[in-house]
Amino acid sequence: MTPGTTTSVRLTGITKSFLRVPVLRGVDLELRGGEVHAVMGENGAGKSTLLKVLAGVHRPDGGTIEVDGAEVSFASPTDAQRAGIAIIHQEFSLLPHRTVAENVYLGREPVRRMQVDRRRMVADTRELLDWLGEDGIDPNDTVSSLSVAQRQVVEIVKALSTNARVLGMDEPTAALADHEVELLYDLVRRLRERGIAILYVSHRMREVFDLSDRITVLKDGQFVTCAPTSELTSEDLVRHMVGRDLGEYYPDRAVPDELGPVRLALRGAGNDRLRDLNLEVRAGEIVGLAGLQGSGRSAVARAVFGVEPFTRGLLELDGVAQRVTRPRTAVRNGIALVTEDRKGDGLALRQSVRDNTLLVRRAALRGARSRATSDVAALLDLVTVVARGEHQEVRFLSGGNQQKVVLAKWLAVEPRVLVVDEPTRGIDVGAKRAVHELLRDLARRGVAVLMISSELPELIGMSDRILVMHDGALAGELPAGASEGAVMALATGHGIGEVA
Amino acid sequence: MSTVQEHTLPLKQDATRSSVRSRLTPTVIVYVALVALLVIGSVLVGLRGEVLLDQGGILNILTRATALGLVAIGQTMVILTGSLDLSVAYLVGLTSLIAAQTMAGRDGMVVPGVLLALAVAAGVGLVNGLVITVLKANAFIATLGVALILRGYLENNYTGPTGDVPRGFQHLGYDRIGPVPVAALLMLAAAALSWWYLSRTRPGYHMYAVGGDIEVARLSGVPTRRVIVTAHVLCSVAAGLTGIYLASRLGSGAPYVGTDAGYDLESIAAVVLGGTLLAGGRGGVIGTIGGVLILATLDTIFDALEVDPFFKDVVRGVVLVTAVALYARRMIGNRARGRLT
Amino acid sequence: MTWRPRLAEGTAPVLVVLLLLLIGLAITGPAYAEPSGYLALLKRAAPLMILAIGQYFVIVSGGFDLSVGALVTAGVVIAARLINGEESATAGVILLVLGFGLLVGLINGLVTTKLLVPSFIVTLGMLLVLDGAIFLWTGGAPRGALSTGFRTFGRGTLDVPVLGEVPWSVLILLAILVAAALFMRGGTGRALVAVGDNEAAVRLSGGQVHRLRMLAFILSGLLAAVAAILLGGFAGVSAQVGNGLEFRAITAVVLGGVLLGGGRGSVVAAAAGALSLEALFALLNLLGVSGALESAVQGVIIIAAVAYASLGSGARQRLRWWPKQRSSAQPTQPASS
Repeated sequence: MTPGTTTSVRLTGITKSFLRVPVLRGVDLELRGGEVHAVMGENGAGKSTLLKVLAGVHRPDGGTIEVDGAEVSFASPTDAQRAGIAIIHQEFSLLPHRTVAENVYLGREPVRRMQVDRRRMVADTRELLDWLGEDGIDPNDTVSSLSVAQRQVVEIVKALSTNARVLGMDEPTAALADHEVELLYDLVRRLRERGIAILYVSHRMREVFDLSDRITVLKDGQFVTCAPTSELTSEDLVRHMVGRDLGEYYPDRAVPDELGPVRLALRGAGNDRLRDLNLEVRAGEIVGLAGLQGSGRSAVARAVFGVEPFTRGLLELDGVAQRVTRPRTAVRNGIALVTEDRKGDGLALRQSVRDNTLLVRRAALRGARSRATSDVAALLDLVTVVARGEHQEVRFLSGGNQQKVVLAKWLAVEPRVLVVDEPTRGIDVGAKRAVHELLRDLARRGVAVLMISSELPELIGMSDRILVMHDGALAGELPAGASEGAVMALATGHGIGEVA
Repeated sequence: MSTVQEHTLPLKQDATRSSVRSRLTPTVIVYVALVALLVIGSVLVGLRGEVLLDQGGILNILTRATALGLVAIGQTMVILTGSLDLSVAYLVGLTSLIAAQTMAGRDGMVVPGVLLALAVAAGVGLVNGLVITVLKANAFIATLGVALILRGYLENNYTGPTGDVPRGFQHLGYDRIGPVPVAALLMLAAAALSWWYLSRTRPGYHMYAVGGDIEVARLSGVPTRRVIVTAHVLCSVAAGLTGIYLASRLGSGAPYVGTDAGYDLESIAAVVLGGTLLAGGRGGVIGTIGGVLILATLDTIFDALEVDPFFKDVVRGVVLVTAVALYARRMIGNRARGRLT
Repeated sequence: MTWRPRLAEGTAPVLVVLLLLLIGLAITGPAYAEPSGYLALLKRAAPLMILAIGQYFVIVSGGFDLSVGALVTAGVVIAARLINGEESATAGVILLVLGFGLLVGLINGLVTTKLLVPSFIVTLGMLLVLDGAIFLWTGGAPRGALSTGFRTFGRGTLDVPVLGEVPWSVLILLAILVAAALFMRGGTGRALVAVGDNEAAVRLSGGQVHRLRMLAFILSGLLAAVAAILLGGFAGVSAQVGNGLEFRAITAVVLGGVLLGGGRGSVVAAAAGALSLEALFALLNLLGVSGALESAVQGVIIIAAVAYASLGSGARQRLRWWPKQRSSAQPTQPASS
């Protein structure tokens, strides 16, 4: 069961189009056993498609795939599995009501005397878990009882159980908390030691530098470069990905006389996840909220917005204490929340751009204000949405344009306080720039912006002040332009005494 | 998924709590409720100086449970697979007619009659399954459409009971061992077989997988279309068995024997009452049989108490909604912490 | 980005089907050479169209209402028993029937939203309860009689300037249809569709998801009561008057291109779906097809309609891909066949 030999895979000149739109135009990639090979590129560069070609989900229109020197052709994921290639998709592919073993062997259950051989299934799963050093998971556990990180381990075990020698991972840390990310790093390194070839697709710079041995960069479906990680700097990478020297540009910060009165203030606020929060956000100011995942950053956003409201302390808007116990009250008090999951709870995907833009206004306001529609075009212009028209369904828009529609729906109700949670997650560099400029523009118009982001450069580049959270409480405050090190020190629980 | 990430610590406490909770599955609740119902019913009937669970009472409950039980076993499979079958009621009528007409009172034609009825049933199930998988029609509409087609056929060709079941075949409907009807034993055997199929064989595993998440199943190499079609064929065969059983009890085929009893919605009610998720992926036959027994026991108790028959429907409706509300509450308790909204 | 009037997606096919059926009627039936023939058709179709409009609200917001058939029966039976031929009781009883429909819808909505039971189960339970309760109350068979005033709505006409004699039911239908179309173009209506599409997005936009869904069930109940009043007048008192209407209404809505599961479809198309069904029955009748086969034809039609809707876009895409598909030796997903 436990894999032993190493495999190499070579992709040459892979092309693939969808509906005549080329997504891959001649990509080369070489993958060796025992290496972590990162694939980087902007959104739409073709990373995920390449992975799916390798996994037999898509058939390439042209080019060749060689496994151990022999040319192969995959008609289905099953074919790729037989050749020892398995991928772990961005979305989890587990059945929550079934056990670990049942999930691992889904579709390939061993059969003995007409029955599924449960004993063998459980034993083999346990063996693989042990091999990975993951003895905290029992093969008989129901998946719904596992943590997100444990589920990812199950995904990996599921891939390995097919005797995979090549493992593709598509943004594997997207759903993980920070300490879980460390566990995943460990796991990936152990897989590498055991001779597995890992194709690691990510757009998180730090991860790629921490983990990978080599990096291949794609741009617009084309191969740009492939080099050992040690020979690349992050500036090189950005230049390759963007094709120009973009650097890290952010809009100018607020100057002191742009700052207005305190719009949002928390005074000793808390609930069962948050303790004794004291903070102020002024009109015209962008305040960054940093912290490790799980530190309570998003919980602050949800509490301010009334999803999981504060149970202690005060929340003041323009100096007046308000009880915000549900989103509706928040909206009516001029608070807006751009959530981190724009498809899950930001947009009604089958509705038009126009209907989504008007969603908040219609859903939360009353009277004439809820019926106003004349400014939709202006709003969409303001956020620079590119769509075929107001009546195009938003599911057909790119991630960046979808996020702009989310912003437009909030601008439609002219919020006083805007809370943004991971506002640029999963959108390309151009749209990212636009979102950054829009946020600064809003601040200039007197909106108080509270910004949460896992990308420290973004957070530091955008914020006029940075508040750092640790373990459900504020660990300290840093001025604009603080170093990543300073933020991390507070976020990891060091140096709390110095600042407070 | 990403909203779960802030809850890694509470999850551990959850695990210990859910191990207590997990023992209280819907299936367990159903049988606890059934026992409670039998006890309360016995007391109430006892107050009138009668006995609920005497020979007649048991016979009554099991006889009522047999036909609905058979249909519900099949319905369990399609619902588990994430589908639904609204055509079973008309199919029960149709197969009762086919069986009785083929037999036409001759003992020698019993086997052909049964086989023909089952073959037609399987054919209808195949159509259901293909309409859903190949024409990609929503299961609700697909099986409703097939139900309407069957209804049109029945209305056009039959006005009342037709066909004749030989006396020998009627034993199936009336013979019993002690207070237990043979047919009820056969129904329970079918339930046991389905249980084995669903929880021990590969196709059974795949039904749970398809009902749980059809995309996941497909990406894992499960032949999703075949699984859905199989579930529908088995469901229709179960309805066919019901038709044959009812023909044996009635002595002839009756076009509306299935619809008069409301087996379409009633069987769905029994399955859901038994703790199977309407959306599929979780549940099983054991719970369904519990649900069927609860409905049958309710009827028997009301009969014994001489309650107006229409009152039964009212109670059924209330019981159904209450039970599902209860299961929903438990699921939410398990999930709530992981969700943003 | 200019605004232009357009049909909601999925509306066009049902309008084409309806047009074909109406042309078919004009060719086969001499009665349909005159406007009065169509007026009679509309009068006959009015109850189902009203039910379909009510069902639309529930379906588009992501639910099912299986209780409307039983509710129609209940409305008629209650009215007959309470009026019992007394003309003076008419107005009060009409209000009572409407109130009853509203109450049933409210309960459906409350149980669905507060107890989180799937609406399929809630309304199935309501169907059982209504069926049982009504017969419990009437003792097995409907009693009493409707008053002439009550029956006017179902069978009477009103002298309208220009148009002449127009059935009451058609006027009521048109009023409801216009109101429904306006409602669906307004903010609340759009929010209702958004609930069917993504409930969480609406909630996090400050919308009252529970209230919206409840509103859908209340409208469905209320409109079922209106349908009961029309049907009571049109068809008379019977315990079977509402039988199967819930499925017929759902069929009509689906025929109108509304997505089961919510989030897409127009209310006018749903009403057009209902009218198409009635036109189809009229046509079959004219062609001498036995009434018994009506349901079989209905079955074929809805399967075809849904298959067209879900295969349509896919098939068009496949055609475009055809040359490429042919070059590949094997289908891409043998696993799923």
